Amino acid sequence: MTAALEVTPAWYLVLGAAVFSIGTFGLLIRRNPLVMFMCVELMLNAVALTFVTFSRMVRDTGGQSIVVIVLVVAAAEVVVGLAIIVALLRKRPGATADDVAILEG
Amino acid sequence: MIELIVFAVAGLACLAGAVGVVASSNSVHAALSLVGTLFGIAVLFVAQEANFLAAVQVIVYAGAIVVLFLFVIMLLGVDRVEDLRVEPLGGGQRATAAVVAAGVLGLVLTTLASTGWEATGAVGELDESVPDINQLGEALFTRYLYAFEITSVLLVIAVVSAVLLSRRVRREEEIVDPGQAERQAEVTDRIARAEARAAHTDGARNGAGEDVEREPTPAEEVRS
Repeated sequence: MTAALEVTPAWYLVLGAAVFSIGTFGLLIRRNPLVMFMCVELMLNAVALTFVTFSRMVRDTGGQSIVVIVLVVAAAEVVVGLAIIVALLRKRPGATADDVAILEG
Repeated sequence: MIELIVFAVAGLACLAGAVGVVASSNSVHAALSLVGTLFGIAVLFVAQEANFLAAVQVIVYAGAIVVLFLFVIMLLGVDRVEDLRVEPLGGGQRATAAVVAAGVLGLVLTTLASTGWEATGAVGELDESVPDINQLGEALFTRYLYAFEITSVLLVIAVVSAVLLSRRVRREEEIVDPGQAERQAEVTDRIARAEARAAHTDGARNGAGEDVEREPTPAEEVRS
């Protein structure tokens, strides 16, 4: 096996950066609030992957601990965000993110 | 070699799922693509010896969060196909988004390349011989105890706010139903007519004529 095909931690970092960029792109071009939320989840997961990779690189548990906390924050964010989306779409079916740009019900 | 194959398959699943989330015009397909990305990342966690995080990733993300997404999609009935060709915010939004995303990617890659693709800094005490869940639990309940406690407060806040937000607020004009005035008028009218008929019947009984056609009640039959 040549050394060029060895999976180094940098590969994981590049993959995390790629997923984060795709999530950013999706967040900027989509106007369906649910899909925008899924793009935020993509970005959070990319960051979690990066944290775990760094945790292995520097041999520290801090990276894994912060991933646990990011998971909790993501769950809380999804609960509140989906409640807002349900309240919004119940009032105005088919609303997009542009329709609530001034944060008024 | 095994690690390379695992990385290739899981990485492809991640990227394909991410592209699927962004590019699919149906919300349900986007949610299912998100599951692909989450599973890929869980596999990469296992490949990096973060077994506990991989299990939590599958249980919390794929098991709870995506199911919540699907519930909301089905509940609201927004699983229709959208037209993605519509330019969202006037001219150039899509091009600007591509430039921003490429910029983020380029920034991260440049930073990585400038470090020679290696992490530098303090080297911690992660021990390969101890299971990762033991070390993670010890770190969470000693060094990061305050952060851990604050996340519990955050969860309580999230639950309370979700209940508050999704409750239907009953306002005054929502309680009043549209036909109430007509029904009220009809009821008043019927009461008035019944009172008038009763008064008429009493008058007829006290007087001579029996011009109201009705069955005599048993008491009246006895009396007659």
